[in-house]
Amino acid sequence: MFSFCTDPDTLNNLPWLACYLTTGVHMKLYSSLFVVLGLLAITAPVSLAFGFAGATASRSSIPPIAWLGKIYTAMVRGIPDIVFFLFFVIALDQSIEWLKHQVVCPDWTDPIRQGANFIVCPEAKVPLSTAPQSVHEAYNFTLAVFTFSIVFGAFAANVLYGAMRAVPQSQMETAEAYGMSQRQAFWRVMVPQMWIYALPGLSNLWMILIKATPLLFLLGIEDIVFWARELGGSKTARFSDYPHPDWRLWYFLGLLVFYLCMTKLSEIGLRRLTTRLSHGQATMAGEELRRA
Amino acid sequence: MKTLVLSTTALVLSASFAMADGHSVVRMGTEGAYPPYNFINDDGEVAGFERVLGDELCARAELTCEWVTNDWDSIIPNLTSGNYDTIIAGMSITDERDEVIDFTQNYIPPAASAYAAMDPGADLSGGVIAAQVNTIQASFVAESGATLLEFATPDETIAAVRNGEADAVFADKDFLVPIVDEDADLSFAGDDVPLGGGVGMGIRETDGELRAAFDAAITSMKEDGTLNTLIKEWFGEDAAVYE
Repeated sequence: MFSFCTDPDTLNNLPWLACYLTTGVHMKLYSSLFVVLGLLAITAPVSLAFGFAGATASRSSIPPIAWLGKIYTAMVRGIPDIVFFLFFVIALDQSIEWLKHQVVCPDWTDPIRQGANFIVCPEAKVPLSTAPQSVHEAYNFTLAVFTFSIVFGAFAANVLYGAMRAVPQSQMETAEAYGMSQRQAFWRVMVPQMWIYALPGLSNLWMILIKATPLLFLLGIEDIVFWARELGGSKTARFSDYPHPDWRLWYFLGLLVFYLCMTKLSEIGLRRLTTRLSHGQATMAGEELRRA
Repeated sequence: MKTLVLSTTALVLSASFAMADGHSVVRMGTEGAYPPYNFINDDGEVAGFERVLGDELCARAELTCEWVTNDWDSIIPNLTSGNYDTIIAGMSITDERDEVIDFTQNYIPPAASAYAAMDPGADLSGGVIAAQVNTIQASFVAESGATLLEFATPDETIAAVRNGEADAVFADKDFLVPIVDEDADLSFAGDDVPLGGGVGMGIRETDGELRAAFDAAITSMKEDGTLNTLIKEWFGEDAAVYE
């Protein structure tokens, strides 16, 4: 990156470190930070949507829909995350390919399961094996986001379900007295007010979601944990211009600081959000804001 | 290696195998953590003996190849499920693996494995020996009577010896040589152990044509001597080569 980096052996301390920290492989570490941030940015709203759907389904007066909502929350919450991640991603991947196989290769006669192998016709591979590596990575990332969203959506569903019940019943009765339909009362009175009750639970989930992102590593996505381990491992002078002993301790320390900063920033953001949502609420925080 | 001229053999091959098994892109799966066989270089790309070899084989078989890294632990399941089309990761040909996947002929002749330890007199038959999980070295240690300590990556096996967690590490000698050379504390212990049937490329059992294409390319590299040159370039003058 810098012009003086052509011969790192001759450098000492700071210039060496500057060169070392800007090698191509370190750039991959830095860009993998965005993979984590991207995962958070996409997963949070999607799992909130799943949670909202789950919570409204659980409240439904139509029994099958209510069961569906309750089974979803109970099932996902009961299964260890790691098991769910390992099982669900493979199962999802294979079922997508199986479905595509049924559509694009109806004349295929070989069995799909041959011992340990899961073989669909080449046209049914998702993504196609001819696709560039970036497509494969994007597909894996999408699977990961979907799995994260399902898991965290189930927790969010439970939080939102509780929050909906916490909105004072008298508010709903008043809304109906004003002539609102059930649907109107739900969207105009309950939903705007439930967030303050949901916030403590949701903020907890957000923190857990941040901490759970290293699970990406389990799903074969080259996230920061992967690169930290790869870069921290000892390097010999024959295969690297920057030989060093085992530095995994320092890299993992860096990760620790990164995650601590993430949670600190989140705390600040969540505190502001709580203040905003407390305005005009019949809660202690809302009362304090009214008096101030 | 870039200046290599395609031999006539390769040209004949390429005509017949240009589109082996309908693979327009062959995805080459490797571990990227086992120098000099394969590793991630400073630029973040796959490098090493197998990178150079694989690119040359693909050129001779007229295939477009793309490199993918995968954890050693799940490298076979991900091949069978089709995430990539070949394993080229210093994998020794063994009967157990051959039941699940197919191998090309070997591109590295059977080579020695060795112990490296902080103390040259380390107890190799009764002590704690580190090895990478799912390797022929790990099975060997398990049967030798020593206590086997398994790790997911080769680098961790070395770290275990350096921090005293294990008495010695047992691995391919070619992998250990550069490490022992540069570390004054580490030395080889005991005798070398000849192990395995050489290193070959792993290919799905249903991918016969792709295997034939690579087999033919390996044969052509053996015949014109380029494979021996490559082995010596990466593993040193003393490395085992083909007759």
